[in-house]
Amino acid sequence: MEGEQLTEQETALYDRQIRVWGADAQRRLSKSHIFVYGMKGTVAEFCKNIVLAGVGSVTLMDDRVVTNEALASNFLIPPDEKVYSGKTLAELCCDSLKEFNPMVHVSVEKAELVTLGQQFFEKFDVVVISSCPPATKILINEKCRKLSKRVAFYTVECRDSCGEIFVDLQNYKYMTKGKTDGPASECELRYSSFQEATSAPWGRLQRRTSKLYFAMRVIESFEEANGRNPGAFSVEDVPAVLQLKRQLCEAQSVSESFVPDTLLERLVIGSIEFPPVCAIIGGILGQEVIKAISGKGDPVKNFFYFDVVDGKGVIEDISSRAPEADSASSKSANIITQVVLE
Amino acid sequence: MASLQQSPAIKGAKVLMVGAGGIGCELLKTLALSGFEDIHIIDMDTIEVSNLNRQFLFRQKHVGQSKAKVARDAVLRFRPHISITSHHANVKDSSFNVDFFKQFNVVLNGLDNLDARRHVNRLCLAAEVPLVESGTTGFLGQVSVHVKGRTDCYECNPKPSPKTYPVCTITSTPSKFVHCIVWAKELLFAKLFGDKNQDNDLNVRSNDSTGSSEQTEDVFERKADESVEHYGRRIYDHVFGYNIEQALSNEETWKNRNKPRPIYSSDVISAELMQQNGSSDKAGSADDPLSVSAMASLGLKNPQDLWSLMDNSRVFFEALKLFFGKREKEIGSLGFDKDDQLAVEFVTAAANIRAASFGIPLHSLFEAKGIAGNIVHAVATTNAIVAGLIVIEAIKVLQKDFDSYRMSYCLEHVTQKMLIMPVQPFEPNKSCCVCSETPLTLEINTNHSKLRDFVEKIVKAKLSMTSPLIMHGSSLLYEVGDDLDEAMIANYSANLEKVLSSLPSPVTSGTMLTVEDLLQEFTCNINIKHREEFDEENEPDGMVLLGWTQVPTKPKDDDDKPHTGNGVSTSKASETDPAVAQADAGVVKINVEAIDASGKKRKGPDSKDISLDPPSNVADEATAANHKKVQQIDEDEEDLVVLDQWDIDTNKKQKLR
Repeated sequence: MEGEQLTEQETALYDRQIRVWGADAQRRLSKSHIFVYGMKGTVAEFCKNIVLAGVGSVTLMDDRVVTNEALASNFLIPPDEKVYSGKTLAELCCDSLKEFNPMVHVSVEKAELVTLGQQFFEKFDVVVISSCPPATKILINEKCRKLSKRVAFYTVECRDSCGEIFVDLQNYKYMTKGKTDGPASECELRYSSFQEATSAPWGRLQRRTSKLYFAMRVIESFEEANGRNPGAFSVEDVPAVLQLKRQLCEAQSVSESFVPDTLLERLVIGSIEFPPVCAIIGGILGQEVIKAISGKGDPVKNFFYFDVVDGKGVIEDISSRAPEADSASSKSANIITQVVLE
Repeated sequence: MASLQQSPAIKGAKVLMVGAGGIGCELLKTLALSGFEDIHIIDMDTIEVSNLNRQFLFRQKHVGQSKAKVARDAVLRFRPHISITSHHANVKDSSFNVDFFKQFNVVLNGLDNLDARRHVNRLCLAAEVPLVESGTTGFLGQVSVHVKGRTDCYECNPKPSPKTYPVCTITSTPSKFVHCIVWAKELLFAKLFGDKNQDNDLNVRSNDSTGSSEQTEDVFERKADESVEHYGRRIYDHVFGYNIEQALSNEETWKNRNKPRPIYSSDVISAELMQQNGSSDKAGSADDPLSVSAMASLGLKNPQDLWSLMDNSRVFFEALKLFFGKREKEIGSLGFDKDDQLAVEFVTAAANIRAASFGIPLHSLFEAKGIAGNIVHAVATTNAIVAGLIVIEAIKVLQKDFDSYRMSYCLEHVTQKMLIMPVQPFEPNKSCCVCSETPLTLEINTNHSKLRDFVEKIVKAKLSMTSPLIMHGSSLLYEVGDDLDEAMIANYSANLEKVLSSLPSPVTSGTMLTVEDLLQEFTCNINIKHREEFDEENEPDGMVLLGWTQVPTKPKDDDDKPHTGNGVSTSKASETDPAVAQADAGVVKINVEAIDASGKKRKGPDSKDISLDPPSNVADEATAANHKKVQQIDEDEEDLVVLDQWDIDTNKKQKLR
């Protein structure tokens, strides 16, 4: 990385953010390649953020066509039928994103996500998957994990006024300055896969764990069991979802009140994304991806939740793996883990 | 809440956005997507290249155009059927009066300076329109709701004033790089290229060998037949050599400090090198003065490189030469501007040479520019998050959902498991002179201070009034307005020059003055208390305004339940998690105080340190708060710089005098 300098044009354009994360981080960003699947409102926000930040390339995949829902929350799609007819969501978003920053290469890949081979993902530093069934997320996550290079893997979903981000950085080493001034120390975090993280026994988790974690798992199970597309719900589904919740709670040996009915009702009835939450979740995800690429800043491990009702943006560290003594090279890694688990 | 997108509360709402910059672009987009259909935007700024990394509604081709207008056009492309009205104007214009504000259901601020925020706060109070205020810097952000009678107003928490430095630190005993920057910019640059008649604390006398007849001459005057090279060396040797020698002669000063090292040009740079210093044909064209560059002419490319003492000296001489060679007409009237490449180069070089002399680490031009120009640290993601939070609060305000109003913080470091932390709004501060009628007290020497001093230092600088009127009982001492006749103007001008005690209606200890701003519809009573002496270093204004005291520390509601909903443990013993912003300057600190066992204590970030209002409208402000008080982080956009230094014009000048 040494020896290569930012161009004058880059320095001028990125001046304000270089003052936040430094020229080194900016150089790493400009060499990074991002793959994104599922172009809904939250992902549109995320893409805007990383294109502005100046990543090297963004590759979009989503062959769906424009629907009212897409128009409602995705500002990258012009609401003009003459413009959008005949084009996929990925193509339309690509056209808009290109304008945001001519220095970033934005392109569309057409393929069936589940059929993509492992090598496909080797080209990328970051893979972000949204609006697809958990089985697909698990599949892609495993492919990324098998690669010899580390590919940062994220999933993101927004429903109603709630959002969830999942992060898998595998084994991630970085320099942290922690929360106080002083010398930076090396820190190592071990992440769980999506499968491990979503199959944690509920009874073992803290009572204070965000209810959204459980609610999202119920919704996923419902979609999977009924062959629904993500978000394809109506108010008529409420009783069946609540019924499924009761079964899951029983199977996990936790009380039914573990997952509040009101929360599930909100997620089922208001399956459409709420734009302010798209902005918040897309903003946090953008920030996390920038941290992972630049190696600067403490990354989220391993879930982030936001709910308009309490206004909190919360981090949870959840895994089905037994808690292990982190082989961390420094104390601070343990400290971080501790803080998150408390 | 999603169903609200179609709700009449949003659809029928008329909202005013003040500021179409970093937060403004995100906010306008999110408002439009959320179903708002009648939006007004005010912004006086035009688009610059350094905006494009985050103000995503703007493109390269828009540079130079109105932000408000371009933002409107961009959002109409994806929401063609809503109404967006743009005002390319200053929010302080008299057309934006209380009646104008009254037409809105809520006002949303995405501003970049304290003055404008205060102005909007007062208009919102007067018009009784709720205000959602916001600010960001780097990864830190803040959103708060201000509703008259229900929550605090924006000014209930006094904002810390920008940092100033004692004159002697700047002129004699710098210990940080920022001191060198202030010296280079406020003293040396101003002396060489600014208004010669301005007061300046630089030592201009020299008793060097040229003889006693020149003792009274200003060393900084370039003699009629003097070459620029000779002049440059003379200045260099005077400020970096002679003045340091002079300072060293005062043994007392250096007892507990490292002694500086005098630097003379002949030690650093040879005569031959001076001759070949720079090829000015590469320096840029005189047609575009802001692009003339000593770096270009010296072949120095990367603004992030650290220059050696010799490089700095070469830049110093080359910049001086270019000012005289290509921009001579401007000399005598130049002010420092962060977008003036040559000025930044000169200030960087001079600050670094001084830093070398005092054993302070040198800095790159990039860093020096940030400090000298009070440049904001800004990223798109924080603005996007803050804009989302603003819209959420705006919707609650429109629904009159008082109990769920929140003040929210975006944190850089996880605190109590949170990256976004909500806290309850404060109650109004009963002693706030803006939203309550509590009088202030002013200690002032009524026999020395003129009405003009009072107007400049208190009414304008402290109270941020734009169109003030000052009354003593029923007697009008001063007013500003378009409709004054000549006799009144003459009368007020004469009053300005009088000391308070000899005004037509004498102002002495015990007098109560009423100060009113007709545009802001804001009135404030000030009790005058005579005081003979003021400390020059600590009370440079020669007057002290008291009574705008701290907010009550009690949270709005007293119940034992933490206001945080499910999830977070609040029962742990308190711990402090200072989060340090990653700003290069490393200066913004947020301390979040954990809720104590009773759950009563307010928790919230608490940032110390600040920023300020720089000269161009690149202002920023920063804010801070002390323990238990949540204060404001500032705004994005050329706004908020959070440096622990703030020098600069307003305060600085008075201070240095």
